[in-house]
Amino acid sequence: MRPVLECRGLSKHYGAKVALDSVDLSIGQGELVGLLGPNGAGKTTLVKSACGLLRPSAGSVTVYGQAAGSPAALSRIGYLAELFRFPGWLTAEEVIELHQGLTGSRAGEEERVALLGMVGLSDARRVKVDSMSKGMQQRLGVAQALVGTPHLLLLDEPASALDPAGRRAVRELLLSLKQRGISVLLNSHLLSEVELVCDRVVVLVNGRVVRSGRPAELVRPRGVEVETAAGPRLWEGATREHVPQIVAELVAAGEEVYGVRVLASTLEDVYLEAVGA
Amino acid sequence: MTPFATVVRYAIQESVRRRVFLVVLVLSASFVAVYTAGAAAIFGGLSDFDPGGGEHAAAGAGLLGFAMFVVLFLGTTLAIFLTIGTVRGDAERGLLQPLLVRPLGRTRLLAARLTAAAGMSSAYVVAFFLLLVVLTASVGQWVPDSLPGATLGLVGAVLVVCLLSLLGSTFLSSTANGIAVFMLFGAGLGGALLHQLAIGLDSSALKGVSELAGWLLPFMALYLSALGSLGPDIDTADILGGPSGLALVLWTLFYLGLLAVGARTIFLSRDL
Repeated sequence: MRPVLECRGLSKHYGAKVALDSVDLSIGQGELVGLLGPNGAGKTTLVKSACGLLRPSAGSVTVYGQAAGSPAALSRIGYLAELFRFPGWLTAEEVIELHQGLTGSRAGEEERVALLGMVGLSDARRVKVDSMSKGMQQRLGVAQALVGTPHLLLLDEPASALDPAGRRAVRELLLSLKQRGISVLLNSHLLSEVELVCDRVVVLVNGRVVRSGRPAELVRPRGVEVETAAGPRLWEGATREHVPQIVAELVAAGEEVYGVRVLASTLEDVYLEAVGA
Repeated sequence: MTPFATVVRYAIQESVRRRVFLVVLVLSASFVAVYTAGAAAIFGGLSDFDPGGGEHAAAGAGLLGFAMFVVLFLGTTLAIFLTIGTVRGDAERGLLQPLLVRPLGRTRLLAARLTAAAGMSSAYVVAFFLLLVVLTASVGQWVPDSLPGATLGLVGAVLVVCLLSLLGSTFLSSTANGIAVFMLFGAGLGGALLHQLAIGLDSSALKGVSELAGWLLPFMALYLSALGSLGPDIDTADILGGPSGLALVLWTLFYLGLLAVGARTIFLSRDL
């Protein structure tokens, strides 16, 4: 099956600075991919390249086989920029209406009501952007990205200005989009969010992909911790499969076992190791 | 509504919400009041009340010619403020990106923004100028010799500035672009002054410079051609070097096309 988004040897240079260096990445239908990396790693450059806002210095980016930035590619994507602003004099509903006009969506008021409801802005339909909090504007940005039912969503820090409830709402929204077969490239600093929703994680450092895989594949076993009468004891490198043998040996040796915990590195550990922090 | 029409409507709505629009309207209304009073005083003071007479024609052309400069200045001010931030300014504020990641495409987006700004500026110039013509006619019973020629000249001049500002917006920030375009406007006026100096000093070098300014910044030549349309006895040929007549029309069309292609080319190649 043709990838929804495909980057091949994608490089972007700003003068002598290399923002992206031969990045290969593909996203399949209904796949939710998290893009991680420290500031200046090239995440936003990658997302902008996929939108056609930036021209690659080398390599290619395609959306359903069409060059990024072409009308055919743009008709299939929804995009939320990291730094964006909507005209302050428009209401939430007018912003969505404007983007309906730009995408050629004929879904009308029904779509506007549904999208604003989806991001928890049902009561703010007639509120002007100027009167909205940053979090409300961020929610409106997510709704705007969903106008016209895109096949691929490119979200650059969608939860950065949201409170915990807002983050949960976005997380649930992403999961529901995934169930509907919409592919998502999620650029985020919130590792816990990424770990919870993403099928795959890509870690960028200095414009290069340094880790890629499913969160469960990336984390490594750290050992087995057993709570005994003498206190906790750690079997480094042991995995879940070793637990019965460890417990049996302890019991045979006359130890009292109160609890067993299989330890694994978190995505945060993987990330910090990957970025060399 | 097509995506193109959506952007035009959005840009027009945005234009009328800008403070500069209100400022230009207030200044226009103030000028109309002053102009009406001035015209009444001047025409009322003419000894020979003969609408077809030379005194009337001179007074009418003088008054309206002066008013046309105000129309030009306010029209260009409006055009500049409607276009100074179209590309880089809006991109820096994060307003442009959400609009660009839509199937409309950069060329049509730029064309739609230009259509809105040029349409608003032209409509303002036509309405303001015609209002002044009507006032002159009702107060002094004098009308310009060629109303379409004068109107088109003014509209053409404002369109040139509008496109210069749009082109500048593709690579300059809003403030820098505004300053640059007003400086170009000043350079156009300076070209006419240089020409007068060149005639007075009989300097071929200065004449050459003013000639170059006339070709490079044709809005001044268009304004002077509009002035020339006021009456058969008004000769503006010696005010500024540069194109005139059919050459001016053809050069203006080519020049506008050149600016539009330049703006599109830079916009298409820009990273945003």
